[in-house]
Amino acid sequence: MERLTPQAIIDSFSKKLGDGFVSGSVYEREVAVKKNKFRSLWVEVKKSAFRDAVEHICHLQKYPHLAIISSSDLGADVELIYHFTIYYGYHLEELSLGLRVKLPKSDLRIPTVTDLIPGAIFTERETQEMMGVEVVGIPDGRRLFIAESVPEGVYPWRKDETGPEKFLRVLPGRKPKGEGKKG
Amino acid sequence: MAVGETKKATYTIPIGPIHPALKEPIQLMLEIEGEKVVNTDVLVGQVHRSIEWLGMNRNNPVQTLYLAERICGICNICHPFCLAMAVEQAANLTPPDRAEYIRVIAAEMERIHSHILWAGVAAHEIGFDTVFYLTWRVREEIMDLIEYIFGNRVTKAVLQFGGVRRDITAEQLPRIRKSLDYYKSIFEHLRRIFLEDRTVRMRTRNVGILSTEDALKLLAVGPTGRASGVPKDVRQDQPYSAYADLNVKAITPDIVTGTVVGDVYDRIIVRLLEVKQSVEIIEECIARMPEGPIMSEPKVPRLLHLLTDAAGEGVGRVEAPRGEDIHYVRLEAGQSTLATWKVRAPTYVNLMAVPTILKGMQIADVPIVFASIDPCQSCTNRIVVTDKATGRKSVVGYEELHRLSVEKTKELQR
Repeated sequence: MERLTPQAIIDSFSKKLGDGFVSGSVYEREVAVKKNKFRSLWVEVKKSAFRDAVEHICHLQKYPHLAIISSSDLGADVELIYHFTIYYGYHLEELSLGLRVKLPKSDLRIPTVTDLIPGAIFTERETQEMMGVEVVGIPDGRRLFIAESVPEGVYPWRKDETGPEKFLRVLPGRKPKGEGKKG
Repeated sequence: MAVGETKKATYTIPIGPIHPALKEPIQLMLEIEGEKVVNTDVLVGQVHRSIEWLGMNRNNPVQTLYLAERICGICNICHPFCLAMAVEQAANLTPPDRAEYIRVIAAEMERIHSHILWAGVAAHEIGFDTVFYLTWRVREEIMDLIEYIFGNRVTKAVLQFGGVRRDITAEQLPRIRKSLDYYKSIFEHLRRIFLEDRTVRMRTRNVGILSTEDALKLLAVGPTGRASGVPKDVRQDQPYSAYADLNVKAITPDIVTGTVVGDVYDRIIVRLLEVKQSVEIIEECIARMPEGPIMSEPKVPRLLHLLTDAAGEGVGRVEAPRGEDIHYVRLEAGQSTLATWKVRAPTYVNLMAVPTILKGMQIADVPIVFASIDPCQSCTNRIVVTDKATGRKSVVGYEELHRLSVEKTKELQR
């Protein structure tokens, strides 16, 4: 398969997704003595174009490697980043591709990608239990890490009232969170 | 589904949560038909320690670096290495070139000891305890070297954001060369034991097969993926740190046998050759290592101040002994902790291949097949077995399972 340059990949996203494409950038840094390039791509898409974007990645690379979905609580939104790698198997050719999608807290739902990438199941289950993002169409929606005894509606990665703070015990001799700490 | 039924009986794994050799207790639900494994369910999260939460809420970044070291007793260079790269990318720090080489030397030493440790565990799983003792004695050489260079056998605390905390001096080089020569001299011996011995071959050939397509679909990484013919190695594909100066090639089993089967035997080949490769990488690093400082910001308070002010995000990817390790970090200006920290260890994805590789295997093969992806070993300590014919549930303890495995070896030797 023909390998595109990082900029051409971003252009292909914008062409393919049209309005659904928000932004894209290339990160480059030179490493060690020989100053070879370490490159990664960041692409942000709208939620409506998310499935198309993943399908487009599957066109760029048969069996793209989905390393992990990371999620951040940004206050009003939850940001998911799907960390893909493409063009692996060749010296210095591989590119990391972070596919970013923002979900408003009022509608925390994202379609599953397990039909395209079966190995996405663990990270989708984890995102579901840790961030409270509903993965629509997930084949196995059980909890992955959190014990069954933890009540519903507690999401450890959130920074709002659904976070796990109320389950914390302040040990003797320790200050509660926030005291004596510089901001 | 019988797997669902067995969930009624829950067990607490008695080993862990922290043990130098075991990463995380885990439960396997095996659905069996007679002797054959029909289906497997992997239940993780038995010792979820909320490490990411601590990094995002309690610790400052430098404390988090030491916490990252404690994610795993074996990969205690890979995790801080990964985190340091992610934070350096986010905060725009550049470590000096000499530090990059020391990081790579430390990471390769870790790979040597991890792979040899695994080889011993694998030998033990098939009841070949003589080899288990031999390999672990061989492993002591690298552990002693690690202690000599970095001051400790495990949790070396070598990494710091923007560099390393310990230099390798000229006086230390002869001792490093001595250890590397030892491994070169013993390699042929280990190769004969693991690749030519009839018993090892019988227990590992065509056992626990993961096809190339399944490896790609289930996102297998590291030796598990490479043994299935996926030439994926971060050190080759997207070289980081001093690996960018070296020409590392991903090792697949066809180098030795000409074909890729994707079984346990192939995983042995890959790990064995990687030990040799690591020795060569360390030698090359020592030869090429530039002179200069080892830290870009030696004062910790100033470093913390710099990280508090920094805003940005970064991804660190490191080829750990078990496969690709990835950390994602987001820094917010004015926040003294990491705003987001996501860790993905290689076993996380390799576990998804477990149901596939166990399918159709006998119960006696479970220990070696499961061990072949090099997960935390405490996993096999307790397995719930449901007999599909009778619906009877029973718990097979580690000793019982080990006995079955040893019996199978003896039967094959007859």
